[in-house]
Amino acid sequence: MSARFHPTDDLLLAYAAGSLDQAMSLLVASHLTLCPRCRAEVSRAEALGGALLDEQPPSGSLDHLLDALLCRLDDPEPIVTRPAPIARPGSILPRPLQQAVGGDLDGLRWKRLGQGLEQALVLQSGRSRARLYRIAPGLRIPEHGHDGTELTLVLQGGFSDVNGHYLPGDIATADEDVVHRPTADETVPCICLAVTDAPLRLTGLVGRLVSPFLNL
Amino acid sequence: MKDAASTADAGVLTEWLVKVGRDRDRQCFAALFQHYAPRLKTYLRKLGCDDALAEDVVQEAMLAVWRKAESFDPSKAAASTWIFTVARNLRVDRLRRETRIEFDPDDPLLVQDEPAGADDQLARRQSDDQLRQALHDLPGDQATVVEMSFYQECPHTEIADRLGIPLGTVKSRLRLAMSRLRSALGDDVR
Ligand SMILES: [Zn+2]
Repeated sequence: MSARFHPTDDLLLAYAAGSLDQAMSLLVASHLTLCPRCRAEVSRAEALGGALLDEQPPSGSLDHLLDALLCRLDDPEPIVTRPAPIARPGSILPRPLQQAVGGDLDGLRWKRLGQGLEQALVLQSGRSRARLYRIAPGLRIPEHGHDGTELTLVLQGGFSDVNGHYLPGDIATADEDVVHRPTADETVPCICLAVTDAPLRLTGLVGRLVSPFLNL
Repeated sequence: MKDAASTADAGVLTEWLVKVGRDRDRQCFAALFQHYAPRLKTYLRKLGCDDALAEDVVQEAMLAVWRKAESFDPSKAAASTWIFTVARNLRVDRLRRETRIEFDPDDPLLVQDEPAGADDQLARRQSDDQLRQALHDLPGDQATVVEMSFYQECPHTEIADRLGIPLGTVKSRLRLAMSRLRSALGDDVR
Protein backbone atom coordinates (compact mmCIF):
# COMPACT_ATOMS: atom_id res chain seq x y z
CA MET A 1 0.00 0.00 0.00
CA SER A 2 1.54 3.25 -1.12
CA ALA A 3 0.44 6.82 -0.50
CA ARG A 4 -1.46 8.54 -3.30
CA PHE A 5 -1.53 12.10 -1.94
CA HIS A 6 1.89 13.65 -1.41
CA PRO A 7 3.32 16.92 -0.10
CA THR A 8 3.96 19.44 -2.88
CA ASP A 9 7.43 19.59 -4.43
CA ASP A 10 8.19 22.96 -2.88
CA LEU A 11 7.59 21.49 0.58
CA LEU A 12 9.84 18.49 -0.09
CA LEU A 13 12.50 20.84 -1.41
CA ALA A 14 12.27 23.01 1.71
CA TYR A 15 12.59 19.87 3.85
CA ALA A 16 15.72 18.82 1.94
CA ALA A 17 17.14 22.33 2.25
CA GLY A 18 16.65 22.23 6.02
CA SER A 19 14.42 25.27 6.21
CA LEU A 20 11.13 23.83 7.47
CA ASP A 21 10.17 24.39 11.07
CA GLN A 22 9.85 21.49 13.51
CA ALA A 23 6.11 20.97 13.07
CA MET A 24 6.29 20.78 9.25
CA SER A 25 9.45 18.64 9.42
CA LEU A 26 7.63 16.22 11.70
CA LEU A 27 4.82 15.86 9.20
CA VAL A 28 7.17 15.38 6.24
CA ALA A 29 9.41 12.89 8.08
CA SER A 30 6.34 10.88 9.14
CA HIS A 31 5.10 10.82 5.55
CA LEU A 32 8.55 9.78 4.28
CA THR A 33 8.37 6.74 6.55
CA LEU A 34 5.27 5.69 4.65
CA CYS A 35 6.16 6.88 1.14
CA PRO A 36 9.08 5.59 -0.95
CA ARG A 37 8.12 7.95 -3.77
CA CYS A 38 8.75 11.02 -1.63
CA ARG A 39 11.93 9.55 -0.14
CA ALA A 40 13.25 9.42 -3.70
CA GLU A 41 12.12 13.02 -4.28
CA VAL A 42 13.89 14.22 -1.15
CA SER A 43 17.05 12.34 -2.16
CA ARG A 44 16.95 14.11 -5.49
CA ALA A 45 16.49 17.49 -3.81
CA GLU A 46 19.45 16.69 -1.55
CA ALA A 47 21.50 15.87 -4.64
CA LEU A 48 20.57 19.35 -5.86
CA GLY A 49 21.83 20.75 -2.57
CA GLY A 50 25.09 18.87 -3.11
CA ALA A 51 25.44 20.10 -6.68
CA LEU A 52 24.85 23.68 -5.54
CA LEU A 53 27.41 23.23 -2.77
CA ASP A 54 30.05 22.13 -5.29
CA GLU A 55 29.32 25.24 -7.32
CA GLN A 56 29.67 27.72 -4.50
CA PRO A 57 32.54 30.15 -4.95
CA PRO A 58 35.04 29.05 -2.29
CA SER A 59 35.78 31.53 0.48
CA GLY A 60 39.47 32.16 1.05
CA SER A 61 41.70 29.27 2.07
CA LEU A 62 40.87 27.72 5.41
CA ASP A 63 44.13 25.78 5.71
CA HIS A 64 44.80 27.41 9.07
CA LEU A 65 41.75 25.54 10.42
CA LEU A 66 42.85 22.27 8.87
CA ASP A 67 45.93 21.76 11.08
CA ALA A 68 43.91 22.26 14.24
CA LEU A 69 41.23 19.93 12.93
CA LEU A 70 43.71 17.18 12.01
CA CYS A 71 44.83 17.19 15.63
CA ARG A 72 41.25 16.66 16.80
CA LEU A 73 40.46 13.70 14.56
CA ASP A 74 41.43 11.17 17.22
CA ASP A 75 39.60 12.90 20.06
CA PRO A 76 37.04 10.61 21.65
CA GLU A 77 33.60 11.14 20.19
CA PRO A 78 30.97 12.64 22.43
CA ILE A 79 28.54 9.91 23.39
CA VAL A 80 25.18 10.48 21.80
CA THR A 81 22.45 8.46 23.39
CA ARG A 82 19.95 7.58 20.74
CA PRO A 83 16.49 7.48 22.20
CA ALA A 84 15.24 3.92 22.28
CA PRO A 85 11.94 3.13 20.61
CA ILE A 86 9.31 3.85 23.18
CA ALA A 87 6.07 2.77 21.63
CA ARG A 88 4.68 -0.71 21.80
CA PRO A 89 5.14 -2.99 18.84
CA GLY A 90 2.20 -2.47 16.56
CA SER A 91 2.05 1.27 17.18
CA ILE A 92 0.60 3.25 14.29
CA LEU A 93 3.01 6.13 14.94
CA PRO A 94 6.08 6.43 12.71
CA ARG A 95 9.29 6.83 14.78
CA PRO A 96 9.66 10.59 14.30
CA LEU A 97 6.19 11.02 15.73
CA GLN A 98 6.83 8.57 18.59
CA GLN A 99 9.84 10.63 19.54
CA ALA A 100 7.93 13.91 19.37
CA VAL A 101 5.12 12.45 21.46
CA GLY A 102 7.50 10.72 23.85
CA GLY A 103 5.68 7.41 23.61
CA ASP A 104 2.41 6.32 22.18
CA LEU A 105 -1.11 7.66 21.74
CA ASP A 106 -2.28 6.82 25.25
CA GLY A 107 0.46 8.95 26.81
CA LEU A 108 -0.93 12.10 25.22
CA ARG A 109 -3.18 14.63 26.88
CA TRP A 110 -6.27 14.36 24.74
CA LYS A 111 -8.71 17.19 24.80
CA ARG A 112 -12.29 16.52 23.86
CA LEU A 113 -13.53 19.05 21.33
CA GLY A 114 -16.98 17.68 20.88
CA GLN A 115 -18.84 14.48 20.37
CA GLY A 116 -16.39 12.05 18.75
CA LEU A 117 -13.58 14.52 18.19
CA GLU A 118 -10.40 14.67 20.28
CA GLN A 119 -7.21 16.66 19.83
CA ALA A 120 -3.73 16.51 21.37
CA LEU A 121 -1.00 19.08 20.82
CA VAL A 122 2.26 17.40 19.79
CA LEU A 123 4.52 20.36 19.29
CA GLN A 124 4.57 23.98 18.34
CA SER A 125 7.29 25.94 16.61
CA GLY A 126 6.78 29.61 15.87
CA ARG A 127 3.32 29.96 14.40
CA SER A 128 3.12 26.30 13.40
CA ARG A 129 1.30 23.67 15.41
CA ALA A 130 1.36 19.91 15.05
CA ARG A 131 -1.66 18.18 16.54
CA LEU A 132 -3.01 14.67 16.57
CA TYR A 133 -6.72 14.18 15.99
CA ARG A 134 -8.87 11.21 16.84
CA ILE A 135 -12.14 11.24 14.95
CA ALA A 136 -15.03 8.87 15.52
CA PRO A 137 -16.10 6.74 12.55
CA GLY A 138 -18.40 8.65 10.21
CA LEU A 139 -18.02 12.01 11.96
CA ARG A 140 -18.23 15.22 9.93
CA ILE A 141 -15.77 17.90 11.06
CA PRO A 142 -17.20 21.44 11.16
CA GLU A 143 -16.70 23.27 7.91
CA HIS A 144 -13.62 25.46 8.07
CA GLY A 145 -11.21 27.51 6.00
CA HIS A 146 -7.58 28.45 6.56
CA ASP A 147 -5.53 31.60 6.74
CA GLY A 148 -2.39 29.61 6.06
CA THR A 149 -1.86 26.02 5.08
CA GLU A 150 -3.19 22.94 6.84
CA LEU A 151 -1.58 19.61 6.03
CA THR A 152 -3.12 16.43 7.37
CA LEU A 153 -1.40 13.05 7.36
CA VAL A 154 -3.64 10.04 7.89
CA LEU A 155 -2.22 7.42 10.27
CA GLN A 156 -5.23 5.18 10.75
CA GLY A 157 -8.65 4.94 9.13
CA GLY A 158 -9.39 7.56 6.52
CA PHE A 159 -11.43 10.61 5.62
CA SER A 160 -12.85 12.36 2.59
CA ASP A 161 -13.25 15.97 1.58
CA VAL A 162 -14.00 17.78 -1.67
CA ASN A 163 -10.58 16.89 -3.03
CA GLY A 164 -10.48 13.19 -2.42
CA HIS A 165 -10.44 10.19 -0.14
CA TYR A 166 -7.41 9.95 2.11
CA LEU A 167 -5.99 6.74 3.54
CA PRO A 168 -2.99 6.00 5.80
CA GLY A 169 0.15 7.66 4.42
CA ASP A 170 -1.81 10.23 2.42
CA ILE A 171 -1.43 13.96 3.01
CA ALA A 172 -4.37 16.28 2.46
CA THR A 173 -3.31 19.83 1.65
CA ALA A 174 -5.69 22.71 2.30
CA ASP A 175 -4.66 26.32 1.83
CA GLU A 176 -6.26 29.75 1.75
CA ASP A 177 -8.78 28.98 -0.93
CA VAL A 178 -10.02 25.68 0.46
CA VAL A 179 -13.07 25.59 2.67
CA HIS A 180 -13.75 22.00 3.49
CA ARG A 181 -15.77 19.75 5.68
CA PRO A 182 -13.89 16.47 6.04
CA THR A 183 -15.84 13.33 6.88
CA ALA A 184 -14.24 10.36 8.59
CA ASP A 185 -14.62 6.87 7.14
CA GLU A 186 -17.18 4.61 8.74
CA THR A 187 -14.83 1.74 9.60
CA VAL A 188 -12.42 2.60 12.44
CA PRO A 189 -11.61 5.83 14.28
CA CYS A 190 -9.54 8.10 12.05
CA ILE A 191 -6.25 9.19 13.57
CA CYS A 192 -4.28 11.88 11.81
CA LEU A 193 -1.51 14.40 12.30
CA ALA A 194 -2.43 17.92 11.26
CA VAL A 195 0.00 20.80 10.92
CA THR A 196 -1.09 24.37 10.48
CA ASP A 197 1.11 27.39 9.90
CA ALA A 198 -1.63 29.86 10.87
CA PRO A 199 -4.85 29.64 12.87
CA LEU A 200 -7.82 27.95 11.26
CA ARG A 201 -10.80 30.04 10.32
CA LEU A 202 -14.12 28.40 10.98
CA THR A 203 -16.96 29.07 8.63
CA GLY A 204 -20.60 28.12 8.57
CA LEU A 205 -22.99 27.97 11.45
CA VAL A 206 -21.59 24.83 13.03
CA GLY A 207 -18.10 26.27 12.70
CA ARG A 208 -19.07 29.43 14.56
CA LEU A 209 -20.73 27.42 17.27
CA VAL A 210 -17.81 25.10 17.74
CA SER A 211 -15.07 27.68 17.27
CA PRO A 212 -14.81 28.81 20.92
CA PHE A 213 -14.19 25.24 21.97
CA LEU A 214 -11.81 24.26 19.23
CA ASN A 215 -9.23 26.80 20.31
CA LEU A 216 -7.60 26.60 16.91
CA MET B 1 35.79 29.29 -14.67
CA LYS B 2 36.96 28.03 -11.35
CA ASP B 3 40.66 27.56 -10.81
CA ALA B 4 41.89 24.01 -11.25
CA ALA B 5 43.40 23.74 -7.77
CA SER B 6 40.06 24.12 -6.01
CA THR B 7 37.98 22.18 -8.50
CA ALA B 8 37.87 18.44 -8.33
CA ASP B 9 35.92 15.91 -10.31
CA ALA B 10 32.83 14.54 -8.58
CA GLY B 11 34.11 10.98 -8.97
CA VAL B 12 37.43 11.86 -7.33
CA LEU B 13 35.68 13.55 -4.39
CA THR B 14 33.54 10.48 -3.87
CA GLU B 15 36.62 8.25 -4.03
CA TRP B 16 38.30 10.37 -1.36
CA LEU B 17 35.30 10.14 0.92
CA VAL B 18 35.20 6.35 0.51
CA LYS B 19 38.88 6.17 1.50
CA VAL B 20 38.27 8.33 4.54
CA GLY B 21 35.52 5.98 5.67
CA ARG B 22 37.20 2.71 4.77
CA ASP B 23 40.90 3.42 5.41
CA ARG B 24 40.75 6.41 7.75
CA ASP B 25 42.91 8.14 5.15
CA ARG B 26 44.03 11.52 6.48
CA GLN B 27 45.44 12.76 3.21
CA CYS B 28 42.12 12.22 1.51
CA PHE B 29 40.42 13.93 4.41
CA ALA B 30 42.71 16.94 4.02
CA ALA B 31 41.94 17.03 0.29
CA LEU B 32 38.21 16.89 0.98
CA PHE B 33 38.62 19.65 3.51
CA GLN B 34 40.41 21.84 0.98
CA HIS B 35 37.59 21.40 -1.49
CA TYR B 36 34.58 21.56 0.80
CA ALA B 37 35.49 23.72 3.79
CA PRO B 38 35.68 26.99 1.79
CA ARG B 39 32.41 26.13 0.00
CA LEU B 40 30.66 25.22 3.23
CA LYS B 41 31.78 28.54 4.61
CA THR B 42 30.21 30.34 1.64
CA TYR B 43 27.01 28.32 2.16
CA LEU B 44 26.86 29.25 5.86
CA ARG B 45 27.67 32.90 5.20
CA LYS B 46 24.80 33.07 2.72
CA LEU B 47 22.53 31.71 5.43
CA GLY B 48 23.49 34.64 7.61
CA CYS B 49 26.28 33.27 9.82
CA ASP B 50 29.00 35.74 10.73
CA ASP B 51 32.56 34.86 9.85
CA ALA B 52 33.54 33.27 13.16
CA LEU B 53 30.37 31.21 13.52
CA ALA B 54 30.62 30.03 9.91
CA GLU B 55 34.18 28.81 10.48
CA ASP B 56 33.16 27.15 13.69
CA VAL B 57 30.33 25.24 12.03
CA VAL B 58 32.58 24.34 9.07
CA GLN B 59 35.04 22.69 11.47
CA GLU B 60 32.28 20.81 13.28
CA ALA B 61 30.81 19.69 9.97
CA MET B 62 34.16 18.42 8.68
CA LEU B 63 34.81 16.63 11.97
CA ALA B 64 31.40 14.99 11.60
CA VAL B 65 32.37 14.01 8.04
CA TRP B 66 35.46 12.26 9.44
CA ARG B 67 33.48 10.47 12.12
CA LYS B 68 30.53 9.42 9.98
CA ALA B 69 32.37 8.68 6.74
CA GLU B 70 32.05 4.93 7.33
CA SER B 71 28.32 5.18 6.78
CA PHE B 72 28.77 6.88 3.40
CA ASP B 73 27.43 4.67 0.60
CA PRO B 74 28.58 5.77 -2.87
CA SER B 75 25.77 3.85 -4.54
CA LYS B 76 23.23 6.04 -2.76
CA ALA B 77 24.70 9.54 -2.96
CA ALA B 78 27.56 11.62 -4.29
CA ALA B 79 30.12 12.95 -1.80
CA SER B 80 28.76 16.47 -2.30
CA THR B 81 25.22 15.34 -1.47
CA TRP B 82 26.27 13.46 1.62
CA ILE B 83 28.44 16.31 2.91
CA PHE B 84 25.65 18.77 2.20
CA THR B 85 23.26 16.75 4.39
CA VAL B 86 25.81 16.46 7.21
CA ALA B 87 26.35 20.23 7.17
CA ARG B 88 22.63 20.95 6.87
CA ASN B 89 21.79 18.83 9.92
CA LEU B 90 24.56 20.42 11.93
CA ARG B 91 23.36 23.87 10.96
CA VAL B 92 19.81 23.09 12.14
CA ASP B 93 21.32 21.74 15.35
CA ARG B 94 23.67 24.59 16.06
CA LEU B 95 21.90 27.62 14.66
CA ARG B 96 18.31 26.82 15.46
CA ARG B 97 19.05 24.66 18.50
CA GLU B 98 16.67 22.06 17.17
CA THR B 99 17.25 18.49 16.22
CA ARG B 100 16.61 17.75 12.59
CA ILE B 101 13.62 15.43 12.34
CA GLU B 102 14.21 12.53 9.97
CA PHE B 103 12.56 9.23 9.20
CA ASP B 104 14.20 6.11 10.61
CA PRO B 105 15.22 3.56 7.96
CA ASP B 106 14.78 0.82 10.59
CA ASP B 107 11.23 1.87 11.46
CA PRO B 108 8.98 -1.21 11.39
CA LEU B 109 6.36 1.02 9.73
CA LEU B 110 8.70 1.91 6.84
CA VAL B 111 6.99 1.25 3.53
CA GLN B 112 9.70 -0.30 1.37
CA ASP B 113 10.65 0.81 -2.10
CA GLU B 114 9.41 -1.30 -4.90
CA PRO B 115 12.47 -3.20 -6.08
CA ALA B 116 13.78 -0.63 -8.56
CA GLY B 117 16.48 -0.96 -11.19
CA ALA B 118 20.12 -1.52 -10.36
CA ASP B 119 21.13 0.74 -7.52
CA ASP B 120 24.80 0.75 -8.39
CA GLN B 121 27.37 3.47 -8.16
CA LEU B 122 27.70 3.95 -11.90
CA ALA B 123 23.96 4.47 -12.39
CA ARG B 124 23.89 6.84 -9.45
CA ARG B 125 26.80 8.83 -10.87
CA GLN B 126 25.17 9.08 -14.28
CA SER B 127 21.94 10.39 -12.83
CA ASP B 128 23.96 12.86 -10.76
CA ASP B 129 25.64 14.15 -13.92
CA GLN B 130 22.26 14.43 -15.60
CA LEU B 131 20.90 16.30 -12.60
CA ARG B 132 23.73 18.82 -12.74
CA GLN B 133 23.23 19.30 -16.46
CA ALA B 134 19.48 19.73 -15.96
CA LEU B 135 20.14 22.25 -13.21
CA HIS B 136 22.24 24.30 -15.63
CA ASP B 137 19.54 24.09 -18.27
CA LEU B 138 16.79 25.44 -16.02
CA PRO B 139 15.28 28.76 -17.11
CA GLY B 140 16.78 31.62 -15.12
CA ASP B 141 13.75 32.41 -12.96
CA GLN B 142 13.40 28.75 -11.91
CA ALA B 143 17.12 28.34 -11.24
CA THR B 144 17.01 31.42 -9.02
CA VAL B 145 14.24 30.14 -6.75
CA VAL B 146 15.86 26.69 -6.51
CA GLU B 147 19.17 28.21 -5.54
CA MET B 148 17.56 30.61 -3.07
CA SER B 149 15.65 27.71 -1.47
CA PHE B 150 18.90 26.32 -0.21
CA TYR B 151 20.31 29.62 0.97
CA GLN B 152 17.46 31.25 2.86
CA GLU B 153 16.50 30.39 6.37
CA CYS B 154 12.79 30.83 5.71
CA PRO B 155 12.84 30.32 2.04
CA HIS B 156 9.53 30.66 0.34
CA THR B 157 8.04 33.73 1.95
CA GLU B 158 11.45 35.40 2.03
CA ILE B 159 12.20 34.59 -1.59
CA ALA B 160 8.85 36.12 -2.49
CA ASP B 161 9.76 39.30 -0.58
CA ARG B 162 13.22 39.55 -2.04
CA LEU B 163 12.10 39.00 -5.62
CA GLY B 164 8.94 41.05 -5.19
CA ILE B 165 6.71 38.27 -6.50
CA PRO B 166 3.74 36.50 -4.86
CA LEU B 167 4.38 33.45 -2.71
CA GLY B 168 2.26 31.37 -5.09
CA THR B 169 4.61 32.26 -7.94
CA VAL B 170 7.64 31.11 -5.92
CA LYS B 171 5.95 27.80 -5.23
CA SER B 172 4.83 27.26 -8.80
CA ARG B 173 8.32 28.06 -10.14
CA LEU B 174 9.78 25.53 -7.72
CA ARG B 175 7.27 22.92 -8.81
CA LEU B 176 8.00 23.64 -12.47
CA ALA B 177 11.72 23.34 -11.80
CA MET B 178 11.29 20.03 -9.99
CA SER B 179 9.13 18.52 -12.71
CA ARG B 180 11.61 19.69 -15.35
CA LEU B 181 14.43 17.99 -13.44
CA ARG B 182 12.31 14.88 -13.10
CA SER B 183 11.67 14.62 -16.80
CA ALA B 184 15.30 15.45 -17.64
CA LEU B 185 16.20 12.39 -15.56
CA GLY B 186 13.59 10.32 -17.35
CA ASP B 187 11.68 9.63 -14.17
CA ASP B 188 8.02 8.87 -14.41
CA VAL B 189 5.77 11.24 -12.56
CA ARG B 190 3.87 9.34 -9.93
ZN1 LIG C 1 4.72 10.86 -0.77
